[in-house]
Amino acid sequence: MDIIIQLIVSFFSTAGIAIIFNVPRKTLFHCGFVGVIGWMIYYLLTEQGLDVVDASFFSSFIIAIVAHLYARRFKMPMIIFIVAGIIPLVPGGMAYNAMRNVVEDDYLQGLQYGLKAFLITGAIVMGLVFAEVLMQFVFRAIRSSKSKLQRTYRK
Amino acid sequence: MLSREVDNELTIDCLLLAGRIMIESGAETYRVEDTMLRMAQSQNMLDAQCYATPTGIIFSLGKTQPTRITSISSRVTDLQKISLVNSVSRRLTSHIISLEDAYDELKSIQKTNYFLPIYIQTFAAALASGCFLIMFKGGWSDFPTAFIAGGLGFLTLILMNHLTKVKFFSEFTASLIIGVIAFLAVKFHYGTEIDKIIISSVMPLVPGILITNAVRDLMAGHFMSGMAKGAEAFLTAFAIGSAIAVILSF
Repeated sequence: MDIIIQLIVSFFSTAGIAIIFNVPRKTLFHCGFVGVIGWMIYYLLTEQGLDVVDASFFSSFIIAIVAHLYARRFKMPMIIFIVAGIIPLVPGGMAYNAMRNVVEDDYLQGLQYGLKAFLITGAIVMGLVFAEVLMQFVFRAIRSSKSKLQRTYRK
Repeated sequence: MLSREVDNELTIDCLLLAGRIMIESGAETYRVEDTMLRMAQSQNMLDAQCYATPTGIIFSLGKTQPTRITSISSRVTDLQKISLVNSVSRRLTSHIISLEDAYDELKSIQKTNYFLPIYIQTFAAALASGCFLIMFKGGWSDFPTAFIAGGLGFLTLILMNHLTKVKFFSEFTASLIIGVIAFLAVKFHYGTEIDKIIISSVMPLVPGILITNAVRDLMAGHFMSGMAKGAEAFLTAFAIGSAIAVILSF
C-alpha cells in the first residue's frame, strides 16, 4: 500500500516540477514517469537499508538512461527528461538539517549534515555522467555493428 | 559579392538569436556552442568559431567578417523554448527549411511566452510541495499546510521576480514566506512537523536545472560556464538557506 501511495505522489510531484520548468506539453507524462522510476528505485533501495548516497547514485544512473532513451525517441534535448526526475533526489533535508544545526550553534553536527548533502549531490552527478558515457558507448557500438552488417550484405 | 555579405549577416543574426534564446532559457553552454556550429556548417561557414558563456556569446567567421558579440543579462528556465530552438536547428541543418524561415521562426519563438498561466504554475508548485511531504515520510495531516506554503512561496517568487528583478531577493522572500507559514501553522496546531513542511515547500525553488547544467558543462570542459552556473546555484541555495535560518532562529 505504501509503495502505491509513493508511486502516485512521486508522479504528481515530478509532473508539478516539470510544469514549473515548462517542459513541452506532450512530454509532461513522460517526465512524470522518469520521476516515478527514479523515486521508486531510491525508495526501495533505502527501505532495504542501503545508504542514501548509494541509492542516489543508482537512482540518478537509471534516470539518465531512461532520459537518454526518451531524448532519442522524441528528438529533444536530454535535459528535459532529467531535470524533473532528479529534483526529488536533491538532498534538501540534509541541507536543511545542516542549516538548522548551524543556527543552533552546533557547528560540528551541522558540518556533518553539510558534508553528507555534498556527498549526495556528488553521487547524483556521478550517476548522470556515468550513464551518459555508457549510453554513448552502447549507441556507438550499435551503429558500428549496423554499418558492418550493411557492408556484409553489399558483398 | 555584396549579396554574399548580406547573406552572411543574416546567417550570423540567425545563429546569435538561436544561441541567445537557448542560453536565456537555461540550456547547457556546450549544447549552445554545438548547435550554433552545426547551423553554421550547414550554411557553408566551415571555419566559424563560437564561444558561449552564461552571460554572452562571441561568434566569429574568421577574416572575412567582423566578430559579433551578444550579451545576456537574464536567464530563466524554459525547457519548451530550448526544445523549439532545437527543432528549428535540426530542420535548418537538414535543409528542410530555409535560412529566412528559420530566422522568422526564431524571432517568433523569442517573442512568445510559452509559460502556462500563473495560477496553473502555482497550483503545480503547491501540489508538488504536498506530494513531496508524503515522499519525505510526513503525515497526511500536514499535507494542507505544505500545499498552501508551497503554493504561496512560489507565487511570491514570481511576483517578486516581476517587481524587483533581483533573483536573490525574491528567492529570499519566498523562502521567508514559506518559513513563516510553516511556523504559524505549527504554532496554532494546524501542522505537526515544521521540518518536513519547510523542506517539502522549498522544493519548487531548488535550483535543480542549474546544478545539473553546471556539472554537465564542467564535464564537457567548459569550466568558465560550469563555474558561473555553479555560483548561480550556490547563490540560490544560500538565499533559501539564510531565509530558513532567520525563521529557525526565532
